[in-house]
Amino acid sequence: MSVEIVTSYATALCLFIGSIFILVGAIGLLKFNDPMTRLHAPTKVGTIGIGMLLLASILHSYSLGDSSMHELLIMAFLFVTAPISANFIAKVSIHRRACETPPVPPRDDTWSTLSTPEEDKIIPDMPDTKPNKA
Amino acid sequence: MTDAFGLVDIALVVTFVTLVLGQLLSMVRLVLGPTPGDRILALDTMVINAIGLVVVLGIHQGVQIYFEVSLLIAMLGFVSTVALARFILRGDIIE
Repeated sequence: MSVEIVTSYATALCLFIGSIFILVGAIGLLKFNDPMTRLHAPTKVGTIGIGMLLLASILHSYSLGDSSMHELLIMAFLFVTAPISANFIAKVSIHRRACETPPVPPRDDTWSTLSTPEEDKIIPDMPDTKPNKA
Repeated sequence: MTDAFGLVDIALVVTFVTLVLGQLLSMVRLVLGPTPGDRILALDTMVINAIGLVVVLGIHQGVQIYFEVSLLIAMLGFVSTVALARFILRGDIIE
């Protein structure tokens, strides 16, 4: 009886915290004024928010009697894939010149995502175009 | 006992409203978004909020069958985000 009440309060607390984080992430996505700054809000805050909702689901199934840890799988998948997709979106912003190009690294010529292999430098005036390898 | 379960019901309603509000704000960014990166990010956020909606629906109904749904949405969301980003970066998805 007492354990059920404690897990119910914990479920409600996790739901409140998760909803606050998700709302903060959505507001940050809408209100920031730079593509790279906007990238920060949903990819970090939203991941924590969805993790809290999944934790609430685990606690709720524990309070119902049939405890399941299935949601840990979704949580692990989201925590692994969120930085990868954020990296891809940041690359899109860099290559579309939507943000300031970062300063040149100290030892190499350019950053690895902006470097073009030698055999692909057919048209030197337009570094973004690549020959079509059909 | 009824206090704790009533609190869970209130928290579920609050979370539903917040998730729908997050979907609407992301949709505004999806329409406004000046760069393609913003649009991809808004779509990614909407997928994550959709997973949250399915999970909260599962808590509300007290069943376990929404687990597979949310796992499928998570995998499809990641793959579609990577595919969109690669299409804009390389002009092709699978080279």
